[in-house]
Amino acid sequence: MISEFRQHVIENLAKPNVRANFRKAMDGLMQRRLDQFPDPAELERIRTQAQAIRANALSKLPELLEQLEAKLTDNGIHVHWAETTEQANQIVLSIMQKHNAKTMIKGKSMVSEEMGLNHFLEAHGIDALESDLGEFILQLAHEPPSHIVAPAIHKSRQDVAKLFNDKFPDIPYTENIDELTQAARTILRDKFYSAEVGLSGVNFAVAETGTLCLVENEGNGRMSTTVPRVHIAVTGIEKVVEKLSDIPPLLSILTRSATGQPITTYFNMISSPRKPGEKDGPEEVHLVLLDNGRSNIYSDPELLATLRCIRCGACMNHCPVYTRIGGHSYGTVYPGPIGIILEPQKAGLDVHGELTQASTLCGACGEVCPVRIPIPTLINRLRYEGVRKDASTTPGTGSRRTTAEAAAWKSWSWSASHPAIYNFGTKAAARLRGVLPMQMSAWTNVRSAPQLADKTLHERMKEMGVADE
Amino acid sequence: MNNVARTNILQRLRKETPPQPSPCQGKEQDVSSFDWDRAERIRRFTERMEAVRAEIHHADHRDWLDVLTEICHAKGLNNLLLSPNTTWGQAISAQAGRFPTLRHYEQPIDGWKEEMFYGIDAAFTSTLGGIAETGTLILWPDAEEPRTMSLVPPVHIALLEVDKLHTTFAAAVQEQGWVEKGLPTNALLVSGPSKSADIEQTLAYGVHGPKELVVILVFSHPA
Repeated sequence: MISEFRQHVIENLAKPNVRANFRKAMDGLMQRRLDQFPDPAELERIRTQAQAIRANALSKLPELLEQLEAKLTDNGIHVHWAETTEQANQIVLSIMQKHNAKTMIKGKSMVSEEMGLNHFLEAHGIDALESDLGEFILQLAHEPPSHIVAPAIHKSRQDVAKLFNDKFPDIPYTENIDELTQAARTILRDKFYSAEVGLSGVNFAVAETGTLCLVENEGNGRMSTTVPRVHIAVTGIEKVVEKLSDIPPLLSILTRSATGQPITTYFNMISSPRKPGEKDGPEEVHLVLLDNGRSNIYSDPELLATLRCIRCGACMNHCPVYTRIGGHSYGTVYPGPIGIILEPQKAGLDVHGELTQASTLCGACGEVCPVRIPIPTLINRLRYEGVRKDASTTPGTGSRRTTAEAAAWKSWSWSASHPAIYNFGTKAAARLRGVLPMQMSAWTNVRSAPQLADKTLHERMKEMGVADE
Repeated sequence: MNNVARTNILQRLRKETPPQPSPCQGKEQDVSSFDWDRAERIRRFTERMEAVRAEIHHADHRDWLDVLTEICHAKGLNNLLLSPNTTWGQAISAQAGRFPTLRHYEQPIDGWKEEMFYGIDAAFTSTLGGIAETGTLILWPDAEEPRTMSLVPPVHIALLEVDKLHTTFAAAVQEQGWVEKGLPTNALLVSGPSKSADIEQTLAYGVHGPKELVVILVFSHPA
């Protein structure tokens, strides 16, 4: 039986328009990133710095979380802790209910996607509206994001034009991107005006000063965190950094790696609710710290590197598999290389372990990662854990083991450690190469079957006079 | 629930001692300060700002009001929101006749939100400084110049004194002593007018924030 993931892949590979949209966008993003780092030595220096900042923060994570909580509380921001997405959703709902609020305007937040917050609130009679242009388009289309930075990357301007025309028949049909953008501005302005609660994610949280930092270009993040009376920020527990001086280098490498911009239009640093005498800004600010499997990842010294991620998306922009199958094939909140290591660790190898196969191990993701997460190494590690019964902290360890595969490797391992048997086997295969099958399932659908040589490597080396050692 | 969650999360994080990061090689390396003189700082700031369609105007202490008048006229502004109490705002208010109707942020936003959202053409604010490397304004909104001034009106006119142009963000944080001073409710870096590339990675300006950002660079000596 074909898995859900493979089914998605087959479907998405058969959409030439979507594939063309991804190819074009990823090529553009790769070039723009490259243009931002003209000096390879400088790039390596700031990668080292960014890696050190994130590794340092993770090495003191519990202390920094406590410091962040104390600082934020001092500043007048309410801090909430959630072990699961259900708890996080409940916390958000209870804040909404306390204020009798029925409308929420949202800045872009991947953690809120992780929580499934929009659907949850909808089920409780609350209207949660996305205000990032890409997320707004997707909410209209009832689709999840296909990229963590450019969520509607799979859509063409024609797709967006049709969607707007369908949902807002009063606005004249246009395929002009400026006009589509202005239409969204007009529609959403009224929503910013009237929303009772604003929700955002967090790019970095600074323990030293109790500051929540948001990176954006559109201004919707500022609107969502400035205009409504209540602001709720949601974040994973790993996003904290120690000092304010850690922020400039991280911000710089984030925007350059993500979209090839030296900086985004807005960098928004929030340290408190509206103070007495101030004339705008929310009267109440809340931060929800979400675990959802992160503390488990934290307990493994190697897998811990996963939590260094600053969510720039460079790994997916450079991934040959992601570019071809597209973000929706993965069926998870985080797609691409970071997704295939993060999602199986969170949900378990039994649920998303198959995703670890969505890699050619070409190494591009690891090479571009601004905080040097060894993604290919971790993919291998998770593939290994998927089929081994050894103790591991990753949920679902061993769940992908099959008797046939285990037996095949065991016999290979046995023969490889018995030279006589191994030589006999390879010689026999070389001699019998003429009778090997020409059809080898999926491999030969689009390729010729590989041909074995008529002599084994050992035989050739012996002919050349090299002794067996 | 909250406290239980907190205890459990912290307990799990403390169960294993994570490996200490290799000595913070690079962490202390200062990769982010440059030896740029004033002219070079201005050149870089202007280049970056103009690359994202911000307008840059040069002025000095004597003629900046003329420059502002021209900007207001060129844009056909009907009104201009500003604080009458900053040094700059006082000077503008003293010659109010030269400008479009001057509006003040007299009460909390809740009392005049509709006009703020739909009736204000432009806002004028001061800035705490600028960043040359990235073409960035530093804003620390306060009771005089609240947060929405640089966000809601379609045009934001910001005044930047050339002497407050720092090389990098890191240098600005250090030289202005942000940690020592303590951060305000909201600190902002603004690098151009609002924009998006969410449709086909094609840049479109004026999404949710100001459609236009105008910077008046004021030189302490005639430029």
